[in-house]
Amino acid sequence: MSIGVAKYIRDEQDRILKVILESGIEVKPFYTPKDLEEIGFNYEKDLGDPGEFPFTRSIHPGGYRTRAWTTRQYTGFGTPKETNERFKLMLAQGQTGLNVAFDLPTQMGLDSDDPLAEGEVGRVGMAVDTLRDFEIAFEGIPLDKIGTSLTINAIASVMLAMYQVVAEKYGYSPNSISATPQNDILKEMIGRGMWIFPVEPSIKLIGDVIEYSMKVMPKTSPVSVCGYHIRESGATPAQEIAYAFQIANTYIEEVVRRGYHVDEFAWGITFNFNIYGNLWEQVAKFRAARKLWAKILKERWGAKEKRTMFLRGLFGGGGSGLTKEQPILNVVRGAYYALAAALGGAQTTALCSYDEAYTIPTPYSALISLRTLQILMEEIGLRDTVDPLAGSYFIETLTKQMEEKILEEMEEIERIGGMKVAVETGYVQRKVAYQAYQFQKALERGDYVKVGVNKYTDAGPLGEEGQVQLHQYDPKVAEEQIKRLNEVRRTRNYRDVTKSLHELKQAAKMGKNVMPYVVEAVRAYATVGEITEVFKEVYGVFKEPPIF
Amino acid sequence: MEAKMEGRKIKVLIAKPGLDGHDKGAKIVAYALKEAGMDVIYTGLHQTIDQIVSTAIQEDVDVIGLSILSGAHIPICEKLMKQLKQEGLEDRIVVVGGVIPKEDIPKLKAIGVKEVFPGGTPLEQIIAFIKENAPRRQLK
Repeated sequence: MSIGVAKYIRDEQDRILKVILESGIEVKPFYTPKDLEEIGFNYEKDLGDPGEFPFTRSIHPGGYRTRAWTTRQYTGFGTPKETNERFKLMLAQGQTGLNVAFDLPTQMGLDSDDPLAEGEVGRVGMAVDTLRDFEIAFEGIPLDKIGTSLTINAIASVMLAMYQVVAEKYGYSPNSISATPQNDILKEMIGRGMWIFPVEPSIKLIGDVIEYSMKVMPKTSPVSVCGYHIRESGATPAQEIAYAFQIANTYIEEVVRRGYHVDEFAWGITFNFNIYGNLWEQVAKFRAARKLWAKILKERWGAKEKRTMFLRGLFGGGGSGLTKEQPILNVVRGAYYALAAALGGAQTTALCSYDEAYTIPTPYSALISLRTLQILMEEIGLRDTVDPLAGSYFIETLTKQMEEKILEEMEEIERIGGMKVAVETGYVQRKVAYQAYQFQKALERGDYVKVGVNKYTDAGPLGEEGQVQLHQYDPKVAEEQIKRLNEVRRTRNYRDVTKSLHELKQAAKMGKNVMPYVVEAVRAYATVGEITEVFKEVYGVFKEPPIF
Repeated sequence: MEAKMEGRKIKVLIAKPGLDGHDKGAKIVAYALKEAGMDVIYTGLHQTIDQIVSTAIQEDVDVIGLSILSGAHIPICEKLMKQLKQEGLEDRIVVVGGVIPKEDIPKLKAIGVKEVFPGGTPLEQIIAFIKENAPRRQLK
């Protein structure tokens, strides 16, 4: 059975004869207690009460009764000052966490005046060159109360160091701050493309960040493994979870190899999963994932503490489900995707904005997303009871089938030598890209329905771009950013900079944990480009495997 | 059916210029053109204009397809078209796909881009356009 494309087989009278989900699971017309019997359903073993192993229902006993989800819209554009203003706007509107978007030069470790950064400075996120930019972006934000996701990977070490130093400057001790650098390089190599260094040293850097956070910033979650982008790149929901777990296992292995036990650090490895697609498949995916992760930690890694076994993370986004056609309909799609996240028990969430296919969100579209999440949580009853779909013949059967599918996909990766090999050789990249191609062809053939795209395509008054205000990119952003960078370069103590960079290079060469050295370089106002250059000299750069 | 003209297949370079890392669209198009019988080279991510032009020369491609989702399509295309001219490759066609606002399409065409395929363009349309418009060049 081919996977990656949901199938609905119908007869001439449009009666549905057969339903196959993207992950390759066939759905029956109805389910009965016999189905539960067939899968050997056992409440204690398969579900347990909320807050009890294997945590299928929830990692917390009270679910949303105790605590509603954290809302964290992805925000950041232009200069640090504009980003700071948008942070404050979203917090004033009831958002409960921050999620920082960086521009592409920053994500690639380039200074704003690098020739390769031309035209990109501040375009899709905030530009950061030195600590000065963080001082501006986080001015007036209560860093001991607000948790911050930093969407940065190849140079997560640098941004986390900046976050620590800026917090200290504003009077917050490192052990009071809670950051989540994304810090997941393997998925960048599969999907999002913001990689710099080769696989081995990249994993080593991730290990450094985990080890350092454990000791210095114990409230910080040093990794957010993103099945999200792997799914966006063409993976099925089952592959999304399977690949993310194999990536997480790779990082855990790196830290365990250094002599630590999972109970010391693995609670800080969190996840970011996607929410678009078939509603039931999503809910079953989250339930199965919570259960499997707990079992992996307990059985494979020997976790003793409950919190080590918790699958924590952000379930949200939904970008690839949104359409360019009739864009206002994405508001509706987003609400249903968010419902899937809530029924799946997301602790943290965010929603792509309806204009995502055109532009980075304007205040208007970002607020609609935030309000959608607030309506779900506060208006229609999603906080009433934990895991409301539990016990459904269908959902429990599907959850079990998803669990099996995820395990199959994980085994496939094991067979070819683990995730490191799968990424280095391009195996996963080719697999998901080819699935994405099949998915696109099926969409164009109309094998599955996408409203406004291959059915009900007459937009009528719904229009297309008419509904979207484009976020205007201001080229002055780059000028202003480069001016500030030059000012910092003029006023910083150059001897401190060269000394700190030299020490960083020595540490990297000797294979020491580089984090304390990155912190010192950041404190001396070394630039993102200067620090990245040191890493490039020592580690080299990743070479992308071919797709054919 | 193979997309042959005067003894050779249409040769297409699919390139990801600049820093943007979203390559799903580029890869989908690469697979589609290959399946349609063309010779396809995919550059991979983070290519400079210099790299793209030198690959185009080395591989002697007929068509250059750029995939840009970062919003920087105008400065990127201006630079590419200028350099193609300098290298005497004006007879090759350049097409662009990605997140491209409607109002930028005429601007791109004025720069010399032959066609723009914003997100959501059917693959068949891209294939047909390239088959029809690829320059009729002889084997070297």
